[in-house]
Amino acid sequence: MSASDSLKKYLVKWQQDMHNLEEREEKFTTISGEPLKALYTPLDTNSLDYENDLGFPGSYPYTRGVQPNMYRGRLWTMRQFSGFGDAFDSNKRYRYLLGQGQTGLSVAFDMPTIMGYDSDHERSFGEVGRCGVAIDSLEDMEVLFNRIPLDQVTTSMTINGPAAIIWCMYLANAEKQGIKLSDLGGTIQNDILKEYIAQKSWIFPPEPSMRLITDIFDFAAENVPCWNTISISGYHIREAGSTAVQELAFTLADGFAYVEAGIKAGLKVDSFAPRLSFFFNAHMDFFEEVCKYRAARRIWARRMKEKYGAKDPRSLKLRFHTQTAGCSLTAQEPENNIVRTALEALSAVLGGTQSLHTNSMDEVLALPTEKAVKIALRTQQVIAHESGVANTIDPLAGSYFVESLTAKMEAEAEEYFNRIDQLGGVLAAIDCGFFQQEIADAAYTYQKAVDSCKRVVVGENRYNSEEPVQIELLKIDPAVEEKQVGRLKELKQKRDNNAVNRSLVDLKNTAAKKDNIIPKIFSAVKLYATEGEIVAALKEVFGEYREKPLF
Amino acid sequence: MNANAKKIRVLVAKPGLDGHDRGARVVARALRDAGMEVIYTGLHQTPEQVVETALQEDVDVVGLSILSGAHMTIAPRIKEMLKEKDMGDVLFLVGGIIPGEDAEKLLAEGNADQIFTPGDPLDKIINYINGRVNINRKS
Repeated sequence: MSASDSLKKYLVKWQQDMHNLEEREEKFTTISGEPLKALYTPLDTNSLDYENDLGFPGSYPYTRGVQPNMYRGRLWTMRQFSGFGDAFDSNKRYRYLLGQGQTGLSVAFDMPTIMGYDSDHERSFGEVGRCGVAIDSLEDMEVLFNRIPLDQVTTSMTINGPAAIIWCMYLANAEKQGIKLSDLGGTIQNDILKEYIAQKSWIFPPEPSMRLITDIFDFAAENVPCWNTISISGYHIREAGSTAVQELAFTLADGFAYVEAGIKAGLKVDSFAPRLSFFFNAHMDFFEEVCKYRAARRIWARRMKEKYGAKDPRSLKLRFHTQTAGCSLTAQEPENNIVRTALEALSAVLGGTQSLHTNSMDEVLALPTEKAVKIALRTQQVIAHESGVANTIDPLAGSYFVESLTAKMEAEAEEYFNRIDQLGGVLAAIDCGFFQQEIADAAYTYQKAVDSCKRVVVGENRYNSEEPVQIELLKIDPAVEEKQVGRLKELKQKRDNNAVNRSLVDLKNTAAKKDNIIPKIFSAVKLYATEGEIVAALKEVFGEYREKPLF
Repeated sequence: MNANAKKIRVLVAKPGLDGHDRGARVVARALRDAGMEVIYTGLHQTPEQVVETALQEDVDVVGLSILSGAHMTIAPRIKEMLKEKDMGDVLFLVGGIIPGEDAEKLLAEGNADQIFTPGDPLDKIINYINGRVNINRKS
């Protein structure tokens, strides 16, 4: 009798023992609805081949991590997403966070900046500085990073539709600080596909948007080689209500679409792929999340090597930022969110993240207060320095459950890739509302499960104390809008308006042709052309995107 | 008698620049499943567009979904414009990230008939609309 036969015999015996015992639930699933067995054994990982499927950290297929030493060398970057009011307010918060031991910056912009409107535009009314910082011109960028040495910190910027413009402002400001572009590190989100799919902050239609992105790839490869030119984001897909497998599959499908766009634009895959980065959500289902990150690394490495012929190992390594799940937080008893965030953050660390944002307990109610942000940052520091989990690389590897679920999620993602291919690729699938409908269905299913108490949310649908929420919230002074509009008006009086107008005409001419557009945007921002002016000029050439609303 | 004639008509609207539409779409679908006639505006609507759609669709209920912090300017403005168009009696609901203090102010100043925030079950919204619209119709 073989070892496996003997094991099967014991398994049957255990199943019989289990059969007579009652279980808490009729069916056990992950938070995404993935069915779970009661027990995983070597029989579930029979087909796993250590060398091919796991390998060693820093080696293909990178399942166990992208660096050979992982957190034994350097801990992940603790990067709290932050921005509110005007550039003065946010600069103060950034210097506070750096003073508290944060190791990188992450800029949240307000809705007008995200949508490409200046603060004085009628569509910006009531929204200036509300859910991020208001940036209209290079002048604001100078204030935002005043007394922050940009050669010593890396900055991530959550900006997509107008990413090229905001990035050029950042580069121009760094040059003014006397820093060489080649020494500059950071990330722009620049992921327009997930905007059409989930986050819904778009400006231009897909084709010119993809051109802006590949122009950025090209310009960065030449001039800003340490910059992450894109952060391909599953975060917003998950926040919009997707399952973990959908987050995994749709995000990687987007990643492959960018690779194909770069190749189609005439770039060599290894010239831009090493600077592609990712951004995932850390939701409540602990093991499902760990497996998601591990599966993501393996899928990316395999496809990049086998399908796209990448040779540079850096092109094969999926590096990612993680943010804990905003949508998992509850407005009721917000202090409980500290615990949720800690568990989510732990899954990201055990999944091998390169950087991490931990949400503050009050973010379901407003932008976070200084105190709430500090607790969130301390949560990461406790995990890093006290829990011991950062001392061993990929410690969950080899668990029958973890390896089995990792492989299953990989297989389910591959099924989604096939469906997307059948629809004609990512852009065609967006056009027919495929992703949007899949996510809306998952979101609705989840909400029904919560409403019917099949899915327990502590303090919300169970153990609810009905006490009113008492917590101090950050308030944005309505005078911020007026002040920002006033500064913009002053700027427009003191700059060389003839030069600005000439640069905008020049920009439109290039937009209508095929040349790389980034140098023209760079010139315009240095003359203090505003974001809104540049976007308006590009809209004349590119047009605007419109979504078919569905629910 | 045509049963459809009695269906409650609801406009679910996303005003402003905010693109967070998970809540709006989940609520829209729940109201439809509860037998209401639901019109969803899609994203990035100006107050004028919201009011115009409400008027054209002759709705009983307007529900705004705002998660960008702009509720204290957008909700009163839309309420004012509804009154100007003689639609002041339409049931006017606001949902999203609305801090308690702001919610009280919107309710006290008549700039919302009810506020729904994260954690509120879908049934609470459905029951509220069913109760209120039937009262409105009787009166």
